[in-house]
Amino acid sequence: MSTGFLASWKVRTGLAVLTFFMLLALLGPWLTELLGLDPRANDTSAIAQPPGGEHLLGTDQFGQDVLAQVVAGARGSMYVGLVGALVGTAMAILVGVPAGYYGGRVDGALNFLTNLFLVLPVLPLILIVAGYLQGTGLTTIALIIGFFGWSGGARTLRAQALSIAHRDFVRAMRMLGEKGRRLVFFEVLPHLTGLIASMFLHAMIGAVMAEAGLAFLGISDSSAISWGTMIQSAQQQSAVLRGLWWWFVPPGLCIALIGTAAALVNFGVDELANPKLRAARPVSVRRAKRLARAAATTGGGSR
Amino acid sequence: MTLEKTDPAPPARRARAPRRWGFLGRRLGFYLAAAWSALTLNFFLPRLMPGDPSAAIVEKLQRASGQQLSPSALESIQKIFGDPGANLGRQYLDYLGQLARFDLGVSVSNYPVPVSELVWQGLPWTLLLVGSTTVVAFVLGTGIGAVAGWKAGGRFDTVVSPLTTFVSAVPYFWMALLGLWLFAFVLGWFPLSGGYDADLAVGFSPAFLLSVLHYGALPAATIVFSAFGGWLLGMRNMTVTTVREDYVLLAQAKGLSHRRVLLRYAARNAVLPNFTGFALALGHVVGGALLTEVVFNYPGIGYLLYTSLQQRDYPVMQGVFFLIMLTVLLANLLADSVYALLDPRIREGG
Amino acid sequence: MTVRTAGQEKRSQTTAGTTVLDVRGLTVEYATGGAPVRACSDVSFTLRRGEILGVAGESGSGKSTLITALTRLQRPPAVTTAGKILFHGRDNAPPVDLAALDGRQLRRYRWSALSIVLQSAMDALNPVMPIGAQFADVLRARDRTLDKKRAWARAAELLALVGISADRVRAYPHQLSGGMRQRAAIALALACGPELVVMDEPTTAVDVVMQRQILAQVLRLRRELDFAVVFVTHDLSLLLELADRIAIMYAGRIVEVGEAATLYRDPRHPYTQGLRDSFPPLHAPLRTLHGIPGTPPDLRNPPPGCPFHPRCGQRTAGCDERLPALLPVAAGPGHEVACLLGEQRNHGLSEQRGQALGEQRPHDETEGGGVR
Repeated sequence: MSTGFLASWKVRTGLAVLTFFMLLALLGPWLTELLGLDPRANDTSAIAQPPGGEHLLGTDQFGQDVLAQVVAGARGSMYVGLVGALVGTAMAILVGVPAGYYGGRVDGALNFLTNLFLVLPVLPLILIVAGYLQGTGLTTIALIIGFFGWSGGARTLRAQALSIAHRDFVRAMRMLGEKGRRLVFFEVLPHLTGLIASMFLHAMIGAVMAEAGLAFLGISDSSAISWGTMIQSAQQQSAVLRGLWWWFVPPGLCIALIGTAAALVNFGVDELANPKLRAARPVSVRRAKRLARAAATTGGGSR
Repeated sequence: MTLEKTDPAPPARRARAPRRWGFLGRRLGFYLAAAWSALTLNFFLPRLMPGDPSAAIVEKLQRASGQQLSPSALESIQKIFGDPGANLGRQYLDYLGQLARFDLGVSVSNYPVPVSELVWQGLPWTLLLVGSTTVVAFVLGTGIGAVAGWKAGGRFDTVVSPLTTFVSAVPYFWMALLGLWLFAFVLGWFPLSGGYDADLAVGFSPAFLLSVLHYGALPAATIVFSAFGGWLLGMRNMTVTTVREDYVLLAQAKGLSHRRVLLRYAARNAVLPNFTGFALALGHVVGGALLTEVVFNYPGIGYLLYTSLQQRDYPVMQGVFFLIMLTVLLANLLADSVYALLDPRIREGG
Repeated sequence: MTVRTAGQEKRSQTTAGTTVLDVRGLTVEYATGGAPVRACSDVSFTLRRGEILGVAGESGSGKSTLITALTRLQRPPAVTTAGKILFHGRDNAPPVDLAALDGRQLRRYRWSALSIVLQSAMDALNPVMPIGAQFADVLRARDRTLDKKRAWARAAELLALVGISADRVRAYPHQLSGGMRQRAAIALALACGPELVVMDEPTTAVDVVMQRQILAQVLRLRRELDFAVVFVTHDLSLLLELADRIAIMYAGRIVEVGEAATLYRDPRHPYTQGLRDSFPPLHAPLRTLHGIPGTPPDLRNPPPGCPFHPRCGQRTAGCDERLPALLPVAAGPGHEVACLLGEQRNHGLSEQRGQALGEQRPHDETEGGGVR
């Protein structure tokens, strides 16, 4: 499958967008310096300027450059996304794989835990916890997001681990006396890497969105810049009521782009793995239509 | 395997009736356990947090009211947020007793209004907004998804599915901001904030209900717009898979109308996973809807949660969380019931 | 125990009957990124009223593609690029080319003229609909005057026809045993009195005892209701019990067709010989069993000449250059083989056909060549 991985335009486009934002996050400070911008500098001569001229994406209420803020925000949002996804995926693996592999009482307990976190509304839960922990930094927020957002992944992993645990090769190794823990992590887990990668992407966009949501509600490091804090300060300064759309549109658009990219990658991989979905791609449908048309015009056939 | 030619017909109906409640009974058991876990979580959260929330609240209350707290109020707060003097088991029992009477303490920022009163005020608004939008988004997304999946790869699908992928990646509150800016600020079609016309008396008068519709339309529309994409994409992919199942092929071979094949055979089966995935999706929708309420200053419990968070009004935060949890569990049970109604296999054994 | 019953005497009368299906040069291709892949090439055969035609071949031989093309159930990327499926109705109307009909016209023929039994009834029955409802909807779609109650009563009658008691009509598919499901699927196929039933390995999902019962039932019902059957399977020995004639498919082509007994006794194509020798006979002394070496060809890149030549033990010069045409042999009436060896053996018969070999449409003689 890995050879055909890039054959799908969806995967390629998605990966390109994700790479772009990764680079933006990594090279952000250097980039803003290069452009001569400072996300925190207040240009009092240009308060709430629309896009164009000296400030490409305009300025906000405090005369801060929106472009510079978006670039700086990428760093904060991607950081929370990555850390949150790491924690969430790790928890999903730790809960889901043993549950599926061992079954029995272990599964009973872990599966209950998974289902519990599945039905609990995560955002309010995070809000409460973050509300108690005053003065939360980005890392704390990322940890909380990861800690509460693993249940969907764990459920999928459990189902997969369950099916692998019943395959012949695992049974054979168990009969040969292979130790359980080694089996789980060296024999079962490698079969799940594709799934885990896709889960990681899913968790990352989930964490980026959750961070934005939390920041929007005022739960964030007041000194940090992320896309969520940008939208929040726009909301607090009633940007909508003053028509300062350039203040809150770019950060939201960035979040949407990352989300779309992650969804595209997952869709593309799904299509590659599931022949039924592959046959439903527009290119396949068009090809078949063309063939039928060609057959009809040469007079050989039917349809 | 049976050898006889005429099957003696095992007593199917007799066996089915008592087993019908197997699935729902087990789910009910799970939700009860989940509700209990949530209550317990709600109990431990303030006690595990650094500092002494209970003392902080009392201090805040005394500052807000400018007088000593009455002993009964103090006791009520300590029962919910922890009493450093009492042992944990005793506290836990007191806490449960408190909740059974629906006593959630008093609000700090709105002293001395009981939390339960604030929460009851906000709940109908949220239920109205989130309930109606969830149903509309589900029906809309599932319907369009079935059509797109039926003719997967066709023109409709090629336009709709990528667009939906983008739309469903947009954060709810950003969509709400955008909608507010465009339809309320620029075009002026809808009011900028609130849940009803403040000049009208709250009640069941036609004018008031009309204003509720007018004020609720934009928040509802932005939630539906953000939420329907997930249902659509899930349903589309399930329909693509289901359409290739043998029973759909056979339905086509039977020469049934397209409509019937799509509705009774393909979509009817493809929709089932949407119900099992309901829990996960509902969490998203509830979270998103809470944020949307904030954007529109909508008088529901999402907005209440937001204001209580701003003012660190722990009793209200805790009460809202408690109520949201119970409502979500109830909604999940409802979804499970519909699922059991739709899938004869689940109903009995599995 | 044999399932060969009174049906066989009946057959000698029905063989004299008229043609119900006449397939000519049916070609199905799969649209891929590169050149289209031919899964069925130039398939031609005829089927008489009440006749059972067995189609046998390994997996990947184009059997399933043939079924979906015949029943017009194929989906992209499969496309029928050439050929006719001429259906002769009981009403003596001029034959209709099913391959040329659009969806709306086709619906008139579905289930009342042509029905299908799929491989696994578990997958072929809608899991969320009671069995009876799956009968009732097609009955009522074909007969608008039929009310719900009578449609369900008719469903119960049809189930009784295959030995399922009437009270199971309200059961869901998962509440029936595997054998019952498969019999219900056959009853469903007969619901609208079709003239032709296509059966796609309907007995692979059940055990041997049930398999026997089902085959016996098919023969009995055929006798009572007089429908023709195209029975597709990989199991040649099963066809010997059931079919009047057998067609052998290899790499998307029919390589041999003939009366079941003749084909078994005196197979002419090396592939048929190999296929026969890889199954133990049911009613004859045991022979040594042989498999066929090698694997079926990759249809994306078929070998030149006869597609079987890389695996053929009797390969001679020319096998890798010339595609042999399906030609009559003297072995029996209507017996045809596509093999160069056969051509040499029956030199006299194939003399005039020799020039036509390059062109791949050698099947004209079955129906006197009048159609094409």
